[in-house]
Amino acid sequence: MRLAILGAGAVGRSVAELAGDYGHEVVALADSTAAAVDDDGVDVPTALARKDAGDAVGAAEPEAVFEAAYDVLVEATPTTLGDAEPGFSHVRRALADDRHVVLANKGPVAERYDELRALEAESTGSIRFEATVGGAIPVLSTIEDCTPAAVTAVRGVLNGTANFILTRMAAEGLSFDHVLAEAQDLGVAEADPTFDVDGIDAALKFVILSNVLADGGFTLEDAAVDGIRDIPASALELAAEDGRTIRLIGEATREGVRVGPRLVPATGALAVTGTRNVVQIETRHAGSLHNSGRGAGGPETATAILSDVGRLPSR
Amino acid sequence: MSEAVDDEPTETDGGVRSYTVRLELVDEPGELLGALGPIADHGGNLLSIHHERGSVTPRGHIPVEIDLESPPDRFETIVDALRGAGVNVMQAGEGRYGEQLSVVLVGELVETDLSGTLAAIEADADATVVDLSLAAPDGIDETASARLRLDVASERREGAIAAIRAIADDRGLVLVEPLPGGEA
Repeated sequence: MRLAILGAGAVGRSVAELAGDYGHEVVALADSTAAAVDDDGVDVPTALARKDAGDAVGAAEPEAVFEAAYDVLVEATPTTLGDAEPGFSHVRRALADDRHVVLANKGPVAERYDELRALEAESTGSIRFEATVGGAIPVLSTIEDCTPAAVTAVRGVLNGTANFILTRMAAEGLSFDHVLAEAQDLGVAEADPTFDVDGIDAALKFVILSNVLADGGFTLEDAAVDGIRDIPASALELAAEDGRTIRLIGEATREGVRVGPRLVPATGALAVTGTRNVVQIETRHAGSLHNSGRGAGGPETATAILSDVGRLPSR
Repeated sequence: MSEAVDDEPTETDGGVRSYTVRLELVDEPGELLGALGPIADHGGNLLSIHHERGSVTPRGHIPVEIDLESPPDRFETIVDALRGAGVNVMQAGEGRYGEQLSVVLVGELVETDLSGTLAAIEADADATVVDLSLAAPDGIDETASARLRLDVASERREGAIAAIRAIADDRGLVLVEPLPGGEA
């Protein structure tokens, strides 16, 4: 497949670098200011080196990506809430041109799922978005294999930053603020950690899961979201005395979406440590399935995107 | 013991089973009798009554444990009739109690009247607080954490959690709930 990649952050550039290994070709690569477009294949190392040196990634305008001879648009621009722009318009444009779209951007799938599916229905292109939920962990494809109708609920840890903080608090008896500062020093938490520690990032992923289970109908507004700022070390201590711990757990069903700190057995499958993620897929006929792994990171997320590309029907 | 109820063998179509029902009664004359009536009226066969007059619950009630036999399809009716008669049924199950439920509460627990919170949970969540651990590393006037272990009838588990959630919201406390079904 010929890929047009929008977004040249950690994920977009990893897709560009790994595409060849998966048998695909990059014909366009754009960040928010410029694009490298070449129907014979973009010279990815050169384009990324230019960007690293502070120059434009290519000579073209970002919009030129849509004029390239591509089969699949990879939407890897930053997640935005509400109208999910400009990501949503990028997807609409590609579907209108009967191209496939693979998203790493959670915004359009969480906030405007029903509109996306309506646009897809009018296009010969398809959308896929494995990378939006749990990075490298196959979550949506596992649900697809079980068929969404046979899945009753999905629960788990889908924010590595919050999980890292709770793990450290429990292990060292430290306060939230202390561990947050440490996580920021380590680069595990961002300067503005709101998205992660207040549960919004996890909620977006579970909204997407509820949309998949119920075939639409959910946005972030429908989710009940609590973060971990109010959890003191003493709460983790008490939980530990009882053989439990506290994790920021999300829950997606056809009825709704919840994210909040929950008690889980300390040795249970959901009590992953550090930045690791885990999902528990509760099925009607086969009990619970657990998938665990790295839920973020450039190359990790890129593998989910490239797997999606491989699952697309050829054009 | 009261004028219980060894009436004619109930017509059973699937055999009888023994059940244990745990009640909490107000310490007033006639309360026990009032609780036994609905059992007899709905075809339950009393096996034993353990009336723990010595041990009073935090709310000043007297726990009573009743073993009875009934056809499985009538047991729910008996429990519903007890509740309908205003009897506080703590647990009702086949041969054993319901389940235990752990939650953690965080906030200004002492400031917001911890014993009042516990009493509200027992009343609204239809649960018995069987264990409480409190951690207040910065002193009792600051944010503290409490772990509660509750006895609750299995079928009332989700309702009990919802009731505790409402109490926590009401009192500005953070509630850390267990996962549904108890385990991950």
